[in-house]
Amino acid sequence: MISAGDTAWVLISAALVMLMTPGLALFYGGMVRRKNVLSTIMMSFVLLGLIGILWLLYGYSLGFGPNLGGIIGKLDWIGLRGVGQGPSDTYATTVPQLAFMIFQAMFAVITVALWTGGVVERTKFSAFLVLAILWFTVVYCPVAHWVWGHGGWLAKLGVLDFAGGIVVHVSAGMSALALALLLRPRKGFREKEPMEPHNIPMVIMGTGLLWFGWFGFNAGSALTSGGLASSAFVATNASAAAAALTWMILGWIHRRPSVLGIATGAVAGLAAVTPGAGFIPPLAGIPIGIVAAVICYYCMVLRAKGGIDESLDVWAVHGMGGIWGTLAVGIFASVAVNSSGADGLIHGNPILLAKQLAGVAAVGGFAFVVTWILGKLVDLTIGLRVKEEEEVVGLDISQHGERAYGGTLL
Amino acid sequence: MKKIEAIIRPEKLEPVRSALAEVGVFGITVSEVSGRGRQGGITLQWRAGEYKVEFLPKVKIEAVVLDEDVGKTLNAIVRKARTGEKGDGKIFILPVENAVRVRTGDEGENAI
Repeated sequence: MISAGDTAWVLISAALVMLMTPGLALFYGGMVRRKNVLSTIMMSFVLLGLIGILWLLYGYSLGFGPNLGGIIGKLDWIGLRGVGQGPSDTYATTVPQLAFMIFQAMFAVITVALWTGGVVERTKFSAFLVLAILWFTVVYCPVAHWVWGHGGWLAKLGVLDFAGGIVVHVSAGMSALALALLLRPRKGFREKEPMEPHNIPMVIMGTGLLWFGWFGFNAGSALTSGGLASSAFVATNASAAAAALTWMILGWIHRRPSVLGIATGAVAGLAAVTPGAGFIPPLAGIPIGIVAAVICYYCMVLRAKGGIDESLDVWAVHGMGGIWGTLAVGIFASVAVNSSGADGLIHGNPILLAKQLAGVAAVGGFAFVVTWILGKLVDLTIGLRVKEEEEVVGLDISQHGERAYGGTLL
Repeated sequence: MKKIEAIIRPEKLEPVRSALAEVGVFGITVSEVSGRGRQGGITLQWRAGEYKVEFLPKVKIEAVVLDEDVGKTLNAIVRKARTGEKGDGKIFILPVENAVRVRTGDEGENAI
């Protein structure tokens, strides 16, 4: 039975999540050097095209189609066969399946875009497109099925992931780390050349769009427009706010309350509350956000000390934020909030925490290993990295034949 | 004719400009430049941690003056641009072979 309110909310949420990808493009674009801003933006934006098509052609069927052994969806829904204006009998049963499908499409787009932060300023665009297609097909679609698909093995195990802490953030974070290790650092990174963020106001614009879009991401994942969406909405904002403030304070203790820092904190808080948004009491967003900021901040420090050029810290922010947030579901979740969830540790159920840990380990390990293999394949065949002189001149010119801030005077 | 190239602190541009006008030097060209001397660079905040930028923003003033005006021009710049701290800048004086006023075609000292 289709509900007008639910349908309106899911469609608006799909649009909100769509806006996160250009938001992410600006968030990442402002953090790179000016010679690579277009290339960085493009690696996110192109996915609205590429994944936007692949999801309709076969991605939705692999992710959500009839279950095949808990591992993957069958191809019965290829090209949206049978996916129409009526509701699905398994997913979001009060909205047209087309609405649920396009909402999920936007998640696939941004998840691929997320890991590009680990490989900016040195990846060959053609090779990136091939890698994006492979990753979407071999990593994203199966993981989405494991966790969210009807009959997926992690779903059956009882792993809870409300809006993509595991599917989106853990998978993207671990994949970014694998690719950064494979690709090696940017030229000049080891010599400690300053890689100055070229436009921090652009980062803030991107953060604003991400925060805004995240309400669709998390509250939209209720797939209904009632109390659960409201609860997830409040939890989301609470965690973002708490993490933003915490990160600002950490920076201040170190030196100064940095603007880039508060923006990073907000994103860490948003990533961390994603798996729990609709399973935890709204106020639990505050401790989740505070702890997320502390974990992600020190993971970033650790990553830099380790000499790993995971350039925009997708692992530290999304990977570790997602892992913490997923485990936090095992601590704070309550069936009083969501009857289709479970109770966590503080409501007397330690088992959920173990299940969450299993989910994180399975997906984190799978994403890291498979992404490394896919990256290696593309590197051996096409070559993942641009030539040294192309890297020196910048990817905007060498890959796209454009410059972001052109014109000598007029 | 001499060319005066003065690299000074950006916030000293306006005091120096008005001091130069007082001594009759009106024609100047100003550019934003970056560089370093004994002052060194500056440490900036990254998302977690920090990084060092070696070059600081400065302003370069270029003016071409008659030989007899060099002394008062230098004096005006030094007087207004000095704070006494490292990073006050440098002035270079270069010989000028000729000058042309584009509007009239006047050459040499008439073009100044």
